[in-house]
Amino acid sequence: MGGSSVTKSLVFPRSRRYRLVLLVLALLLVLALLLGAGLGAYPIPPLAIPGILLKGEGVEYQVLTALRFPRVLGAALVGALLALAGAVLQGLFRNPLVDPGLIGVSSGAALGAALFIVLWPGAGVLEVYALPLFAFLGGLLATHLLWRLARTPLGVQVSVLLLSGIALNALVGAGIGLLTFLASEQELRSLTFWTLGGFSALTWRLLLAGLPLALLALFLLLPLARSLNALALGEREAFHLGVDLEALKRRAVAGAALGVGVAVALAGGVGFLGLVAPHLFRLLAGPDHRYLLPGSALLGAGLAVGADLLARTLAAPAEIPVGVVTALLGGPFFLYLVLRYKREVYRA
Amino acid sequence: MRKLAVLAWVFLAALAQPYRAVDATGKAVEVRSIERIVSLDGITTEILFAVGVGDKVVGRDDSSYYPPQVLRLPSVGYQFRLSAEGILSLKPTLVIGREDVRPPQVVDQLRQAGVAVVLVPAEPSVEGAKAKIRVVAQAVGQAERGEALVRALERDLLALRAFQTQRASPKLKGLFLYLRGPGTTFVCGEGSTPVGVMKLAGLENAAQGIRECQPMTAESVVAARPDVIVVFKKGLESVGGLEGLLKLPGVAQTPAGQKRKVVAMDDLYLGSFGPRAGRAALDLFRAAYLKEGFVEVGP
Repeated sequence: MGGSSVTKSLVFPRSRRYRLVLLVLALLLVLALLLGAGLGAYPIPPLAIPGILLKGEGVEYQVLTALRFPRVLGAALVGALLALAGAVLQGLFRNPLVDPGLIGVSSGAALGAALFIVLWPGAGVLEVYALPLFAFLGGLLATHLLWRLARTPLGVQVSVLLLSGIALNALVGAGIGLLTFLASEQELRSLTFWTLGGFSALTWRLLLAGLPLALLALFLLLPLARSLNALALGEREAFHLGVDLEALKRRAVAGAALGVGVAVALAGGVGFLGLVAPHLFRLLAGPDHRYLLPGSALLGAGLAVGADLLARTLAAPAEIPVGVVTALLGGPFFLYLVLRYKREVYRA
Repeated sequence: MRKLAVLAWVFLAALAQPYRAVDATGKAVEVRSIERIVSLDGITTEILFAVGVGDKVVGRDDSSYYPPQVLRLPSVGYQFRLSAEGILSLKPTLVIGREDVRPPQVVDQLRQAGVAVVLVPAEPSVEGAKAKIRVVAQAVGQAERGEALVRALERDLLALRAFQTQRASPKLKGLFLYLRGPGTTFVCGEGSTPVGVMKLAGLENAAQGIRECQPMTAESVVAARPDVIVVFKKGLESVGGLEGLLKLPGVAQTPAGQKRKVVAMDDLYLGSFGPRAGRAALDLFRAAYLKEGFVEVGP
């Protein structure tokens, strides 16, 4: 990591506000988790929950432990991973419009899943575990390919990476389009379920399978904060501040690919969180990555749990696709923050 | 004498519980109680009512709208986007759905919560219809009434064959169009359910070389030269009725378009092989061969 004496001067004087926002977000996440565990389509009085858990049997116990808990925790994990990956990539590309999809990981994962569904019809039981694996591998492969494309004698060029990402996304889109054209109706259903995303397929087993990789992604991404702060000044300046740029890029892209790969494998293509959560945090608190990275993760987790809660209770016993809820909730709120920011900065 | 009959009946009923059914996946399911049934498929709901346990159905999916009284029941949504907790909130003792419900984890989650889950076959053929009826009837302990339904289906098919032999030739070519608004039009071929019912009705499938449903192109419609165009009622409404259909590119240039020979049928009636498949095919046969111009067929 960079020379600490220099990076100290990069400390923003707003640390109090940062800490306050982080604290509030952590409390909000706890609240969201409790609400998510306490509310659902199956009517269980929240106050009776401890008693049911102590009893350890019955349908209510099953609903709580086998359905609701893994779902709520899984949603939090997926939200945190997407938001953290988004925050790191936005810092790496120094572009606020970057979302995890740009480095090819989301589309690669979708293509991996689509290939599995169409080329392996009637997988049945296997599908539950093999499909996430294929999605995960597809995401990592796509990112690896982009990485190779963006390597130049002068190191990895971020602009080339972005442009190749756009090209790859177009190609993968065509591939998925072709597969949907070839798919039978039943395969198409799996495909739409997969590409729209949602948390209803989360089980303990799936969650535990993804957990080690998810933790590895967090472990890779969270320590990058200082280097990303230095990078905000520009590549050359960061280099002179002692940041090992190549190592930073490698870790950021690998960690983001891993995190988004796990997220897609667990919940399909839940969009919007990775792009919006870091922005929300910046608008609420500020751009310092040391707070932005954990803050985005907390915010993404809270948003995902809240959106999922609404998705599974508003139309109970049916379920609204969670992507619809994230867009409906996040869109207007995000717009409001942007307008407020515009008023503050441009007096317009 | 009557007392004896009642006693015998009670004794038999006690013997019959729990019901056992071997479902589409080959799994032997034990159904302990049919007090609260949630049905995840339109045809399954229809069969449940036909074998006389409709009053036990407490929940349905979006595709269940026949018989009309099921619309009063809460819906657990689209059968390929299910949530286990939503289904459990209706406190079912038995859940019946197609073998290809999504996501597949939901079935395991329901079974873990102690609910009997029976999966019915979804094959679009007469044999598939019979298998569906038998699995559902067995699961609710009404095997006898199930067999009666199967026999009724066979009778309908016999009547259909009698009609067909009277008017054997020439075979008309039918084209099934799946419509969801003027911008979303599909031609369906082999392997799709409406085309299966169409062939049962004695129409030749005009869409050769198309598997299931594919986006419609004007030239392929003209090249198919259908004598009859078959659509779902809701599909026809979505393109603005008969006039709207004839305005779709290519339709007016076909023999069917020139004669305005269009048959519109109810989705669940034509679009699925259930107990009424024989009657649906017979209605379609009459509409195509014995009537002129535009025909609307009600269930």
